[in-house]
Amino acid sequence: MPLLEIEGLTKQFGGLTANHNIHLQVEEGEILGLIGPNGAGKTTLFNCITGFYPPTRGRVRFQGRDITGWPPERVCQAGIARTFQIVRVLREMTVLENVMVGAFLRYPRVEEARRHALQILEFSGLIDRRHELARNLTIANKKRLELARALATKPRLLFLDEAMAGLNPSEINDAVAMVRKLSEQGITMILVEHVMKVIMPLAERVVVLDSGELIADDTPENIATNPRVIEAYLGEKYRATRAIH
Amino acid sequence: MQRIRWQLLVLVLVVLLLLAFPFYVAQPFLQRTMILVVMWSVLGLAWNILGGYAGQVSFGHAIFFGLGAYTSTYLFTEWGISPWLGMFVGAGVAVLVSIVIGWPSFRLVGHYFAIATIAAGEIFAVIFRNWKAVGGAVGIYLPIIRGDRLIDYQFQEFKAGYYYIILAMLALIVLVTYRLERTRMGYYLKAIREDSEAARSLGINITRYKLYAMMISAAFTAIVGTFYAQFVLYISPNTVFALAISIQMALVAILGGTGTLLGPIIGAAVLIPMAEYTRVYLAGRAGGLHLVVYGLLIMLISVYQPAGLMGIYREWQHKRAARGMVNDSLPVATAEGGADDAVA
Repeated sequence: MPLLEIEGLTKQFGGLTANHNIHLQVEEGEILGLIGPNGAGKTTLFNCITGFYPPTRGRVRFQGRDITGWPPERVCQAGIARTFQIVRVLREMTVLENVMVGAFLRYPRVEEARRHALQILEFSGLIDRRHELARNLTIANKKRLELARALATKPRLLFLDEAMAGLNPSEINDAVAMVRKLSEQGITMILVEHVMKVIMPLAERVVVLDSGELIADDTPENIATNPRVIEAYLGEKYRATRAIH
Repeated sequence: MQRIRWQLLVLVLVVLLLLAFPFYVAQPFLQRTMILVVMWSVLGLAWNILGGYAGQVSFGHAIFFGLGAYTSTYLFTEWGISPWLGMFVGAGVAVLVSIVIGWPSFRLVGHYFAIATIAAGEIFAVIFRNWKAVGGAVGIYLPIIRGDRLIDYQFQEFKAGYYYIILAMLALIVLVTYRLERTRMGYYLKAIREDSEAARSLGINITRYKLYAMMISAAFTAIVGTFYAQFVLYISPNTVFALAISIQMALVAILGGTGTLLGPIIGAAVLIPMAEYTRVYLAGRAGGLHLVVYGLLIMLISVYQPAGLMGIYREWQHKRAARGMVNDSLPVATAEGGADDAVA
């Protein structure tokens, strides 16, 4: 049984179809890359699975359970955590408090939540900043904090929405190392990026969205040479000019 | 460690001073002002649980104040039920109404929630103005009971009786708020205030927690409503369901600093004496001048210090800490950080 199963998912906003008839299966322990040009519907798909939008049609199953249309808090309780494309740290709370808010889901008592949060901060390299207000962190550390906070809810499946965007090369290396460490701990991950370069060395499998449709589902090597994917990224013009040469 | 002992000493001293207040200040006007300061501290703290910690700004809390006042008063004047019992019935009624109001209006965010609470407040004022069975627009006078017995909830000679009752309520809500800050719910309310979508993504049922906050807030507001009725011995829709009550509740909390334990108390201690003095000394010559002062204050706070008086205090503390850092050796600083983890 796959960990996550998406069947014929469609999401429409009025006349606009952001996701069209998407089928996708994610196996336990996998690192799946989800790529596509801007506006391809990646974040919409994320939001449909994590409960922020109700899908117009289709089903979402997690661990065999139908979670279609569940609100975000229930989806999280079931074991799916996420980060946001535009960071949403709890600005006026400290780094430790941010992670504790996540930890409370599995540890209702303050002392236990604090202990769990400190472990996670140690793991994610934010331990020295635990008393700082979240709003004072750099963008890289804010992303790290968001990831730490999501981890504190002890997810089986983790959605990272452009976790690497806006980071410098050394910060990207740190983030990549972190994703590997999490994968070793048995957490299944779906990474959304629109920069292909980041996904390729990490993901075991990559799916490509273009204009709301799933156009490819393959290994990173094959994706890089798939003509439909190249076309989606570089446009018709690219193929046309190549044909002339 | 020394800092904690010092704080404890200050706390004990403040409690003793508060308890002894009626004995060293006998002047009726000052006693009355002090009762109002404590009363508005409780109201500000009650408002603060929903408006400060959970960040859901309400301008309709007069609903709960009025329901508390009317429930106990009606039960007492019509059926002879003790206001002490009526106080808890009133709190129960307020909690039920808070659920009825909160459930639909928590779907609204930010300004729209605030507007919905104003509307709800006005609806209650209109209903009670036209409800003949509870006195309509005239309101209800409470019968005077002599003898100053605690059981009657009335004090004609020994006015300090009122003071001790409201002081006990203050102690209770301070305790509740102090505990709230140190439990999961307190963290959850702050998370909802900071970013409700992020809070949901972390498994928090935001509607449920906002409702909990509103229920606690409503219950405390209602018991103060009963206190007010017993203190003034007259209630009417224009006094207990007034928008001015709702606004002043928000104002003491905002002036002092929302989402803090001491903020609303400081806010009440500054605002209420000012209002009382301007009312007394300028009455007749410049009626309503205290409202002008209120307006100026709101403008000053929102422009210069949105975090309230507590914000000014914190900034001063930070500056002092920053200066202290230069002198302190590093190991002390880290030891303190570790201690924070263990204690807080």
